[in-house]
Amino acid sequence: MLIFLLRRLIQACFVMIIISLISFAIQDKLGDPVQQMVSMAVSSDEREQLREQLGLNDSFLNQYWRFAKGAIQGDLGTSYHYKEPALDVILKKLPATLELVFCAILLIIIVATPCGVLAAIKPKHPVSRLLMIISSIGLSVPIFIIAIFMVYLFSVEWNIAPSFGRGQTTEILGLWDSGIFTKDGLNHLLLPSLSLAIALMPIFVRLIRAEMMDVLQSEYIRFAWSKGLSAKRIYFIHALKNTMLPVITVGGIQAGTLVAYTILTETIFQWPGMGFLFMDAVSRVDTPLIAAYLIVVGGMFVITNTVVDLIYGLVNPTVRLASHGL
Amino acid sequence: MNLLSVSNLNVNFKIKKQELAALIDVSFTLNRGERIAIVGESGAGKSILGFSIVNLIGKPGYIKSGSVKLENKELTKMNLRQLQEVRGKRIAMIFQDPMMTLNPVITIGDQLVETIRSHTKITYKDARNIAIEKLHNVQIASPETRFDQYPHELSGGMRQRVIIASVLLLNPDIIIADEPTTALDVTIQAEILQLLLAICHDNGVALVLISHDLGVVSKVAERTLVMYAGHIVEEGPTLEIINDPQHPYTQGLLNALPQMTLPGQRLNQIQGSMPSLAERPTGCAFHPRCPYATEKCQQEQPSFIHSGVSSVACFLVEDMVNEFANQDEEEL
Amino acid sequence: MKYSKKDLIHPISGSRWNHVWSGFVGDKLAVLALIIFIFYCLVALLAPLVAPFDVNDPAFMDLINSEIAPSWISHDSRFLLGTDAQGRDLLSVILYGTRLSLTIGICAVLIQATLGICIGLMAGYLGGRVDNFLMRCADIQLSFSNMMVAIVFLAIFQSLFGIAMYQQLAMVILILVIGLTEWPLFARTIRASVLAEKQKEYVDAARVMGISSKRIMFRHILPNTLSPVLVIFTVQIANAIVAEAALSFLGLGMPATEPSLGSLISEGFSYMFAGSWWICVIPSVTLIILILAMNLLGDWLRDHLNPRTYKD
Repeated sequence: MLIFLLRRLIQACFVMIIISLISFAIQDKLGDPVQQMVSMAVSSDEREQLREQLGLNDSFLNQYWRFAKGAIQGDLGTSYHYKEPALDVILKKLPATLELVFCAILLIIIVATPCGVLAAIKPKHPVSRLLMIISSIGLSVPIFIIAIFMVYLFSVEWNIAPSFGRGQTTEILGLWDSGIFTKDGLNHLLLPSLSLAIALMPIFVRLIRAEMMDVLQSEYIRFAWSKGLSAKRIYFIHALKNTMLPVITVGGIQAGTLVAYTILTETIFQWPGMGFLFMDAVSRVDTPLIAAYLIVVGGMFVITNTVVDLIYGLVNPTVRLASHGL
Repeated sequence: MNLLSVSNLNVNFKIKKQELAALIDVSFTLNRGERIAIVGESGAGKSILGFSIVNLIGKPGYIKSGSVKLENKELTKMNLRQLQEVRGKRIAMIFQDPMMTLNPVITIGDQLVETIRSHTKITYKDARNIAIEKLHNVQIASPETRFDQYPHELSGGMRQRVIIASVLLLNPDIIIADEPTTALDVTIQAEILQLLLAICHDNGVALVLISHDLGVVSKVAERTLVMYAGHIVEEGPTLEIINDPQHPYTQGLLNALPQMTLPGQRLNQIQGSMPSLAERPTGCAFHPRCPYATEKCQQEQPSFIHSGVSSVACFLVEDMVNEFANQDEEEL
Repeated sequence: MKYSKKDLIHPISGSRWNHVWSGFVGDKLAVLALIIFIFYCLVALLAPLVAPFDVNDPAFMDLINSEIAPSWISHDSRFLLGTDAQGRDLLSVILYGTRLSLTIGICAVLIQATLGICIGLMAGYLGGRVDNFLMRCADIQLSFSNMMVAIVFLAIFQSLFGIAMYQQLAMVILILVIGLTEWPLFARTIRASVLAEKQKEYVDAARVMGISSKRIMFRHILPNTLSPVLVIFTVQIANAIVAEAALSFLGLGMPATEPSLGSLISEGFSYMFAGSWWICVIPSVTLIILILAMNLLGDWLRDHLNPRTYKD
């Protein structure tokens, strides 16, 4: 286990270095810090002086090294627009995005699992067929259309739930601005997380169904039937555990898609999270913020992948042996 | 009363509106403690027969007609709950590949205990003890450690022993073993067979051994059924079948054994190959490959008749038997 | 014991394609999907001829005509599907938009496929270190969601070169970005097929005869690995169109002057609350039907071209 973690740590460092290089390169080429800092009236000589002072005329590698050193200490530059450290700006928006994503994932697990299992056990059942048809249609509707549709139907027409912003939030431990603890906050959370969940649901329903149908054809399931075990035990203990393994793997791969979908969702619902912040930064060409966002998301990505692999290793007993061999 | 009696069992496969027959009019009986073997080439329907006894054939297969009686209970008409009572408890199965038969994500111990606990009300601890005892019976060393291990941590031979242990847990009346040694190393095969034989003998358990290996069969089974293309073509005491095969197919099978040919000579093969389900010939299924086939063989299907201590489904044998019977009558 | 139908059915006379064709015609949904797809393609191709108005005509955009409802509501016979906020005829704009979306989708997938097939062939056939390296690259590429890469790249490009230049190059950039980020899927699929084919005897026979690797790869192995590629092809076109739509929706794709379906939907979103629902809804429905048809086609192809599994 320890060796596994060490290996992943090294891989993670490698990936982060690449991401930070790209981020820094972007920052270097895009926009001019000096221009952002001083007014137009300043002479070009003084600008040159400022550039020297800031070390902007140093070689690329030198500048990168300074950037990397700062990054490890938590300094990812200062946002042009907000005039605050970029990392702080992003981290302030982190709770909003995380809560949204968390709710969506929860919804997906709660709904997709029983649907997928049912569709696998009784594929010809009318409910199963209906589920698959809905999945097919759902797959064909891009997320932003789903979100728009949700906004239109539930917010404009029927006025059930709000479609802008986060509503009331409470602060926990002075760090986390949470929206789950107020009714208003939950109300605002409803539509965006539902949209996000609906967008990814079909993938998981189909995946669980396909994997489970595959598993149900296995010899060990047949053996279980021949032992006279109850159907409940065979489906939910023998079959489900084996089904979940590839689902976890695919789920991990979907993390990237999730980030992209979150950006779209936050944009439509004006949800004040990291994605919305990013699009905002893009339109304002706030380069430090863009670069910082990439690093933060890259980092979250690496952590997520590692956690998913860990979970997989814990659930699948055949994997432990392999990692021991390292 | 026979322990198990199968009468006129017909199993079909329904594929895209086509009905293909996999088992045709199969009948045999099994007595308490008796060991029989079902032999034939791949595709003959041996495994399907094994599965259909406990109604475990996967879709698109189904039992079209016929009866499978366990003592006097009709198994083909049972619903799932009733079948679950029978499976594992009265009739247990051993499958071919021990690697695929055990669930890779559940410990050996749990897979053993669940069998016991799904049929009897018993605490986990007691069930565990029974399981460990059975593991001991199948000669697995340090069963307590093995109990908590996963299938992939055991070798092939050990896994098959675990499976044998698991079928013994509830003291069944019948064990159906579908090619139990085929997937194992040759050296292990003999051990497993010995084990199976000992267990059946000691506990008075009836055995249905399904195999394509006549060598294996000869060591274990008292009676043998020979299957071809979904039919039983010959049946009788194993020694009789091996020493004096009557059906041309059985003769061909035995002639094809490497031991029957002198070194350096060509092996005797039966010409042609077994027809697939959709290509079944008319009349006797074996006639295209039979060296003695006649017109009648092409048109009609032979019925099972007694010939000495065996039963055979062949017109040739039928004619010979009738001739002898007439001769006897004449002499008298 | 799995009974695959292939084991039990006597091969139907005629080539495999005959069998596929008869299966196709029998599956009404698949036929419908294909018809819809062909209809869209035709419409896209003939847009300049079919559209009631010329999109490039300066008089096309007339604010006086803005936000007129579709003809069955407003009874204005000039504009069948109504107009958008800038007075453009929605039907014409949708026709051109579909054309753009399809062009971008198909071109992008052609790039993906070419790149992916070459890399996959190489990785599968040459094996060893080349294979390892290429598959690592594929893994890294896959782990970074294509949308993210596209968003970042386009955002940077837009900031770097300014709006004007961006508008000119938008279509090409979009095709390149979507095309170059999704090659791993094709590469992996081809590689899997190649690995399977490599085991077969005809490859050894060709090698023994002294045929060059390249020739073996392209002339001998490739034709046999094409059926899974065909399956992915359709679905990937759908995905590419959706990706482009999403990017345009975010403002990073096609500009408002040359709108694709995504930009139209984006534009229409803000007008939904004002009551002009058609600016958003009609392009959305157009997009959904296209994607649905392509997904159904892809599904059907997957079920019927894959010789291993037949779903009953």
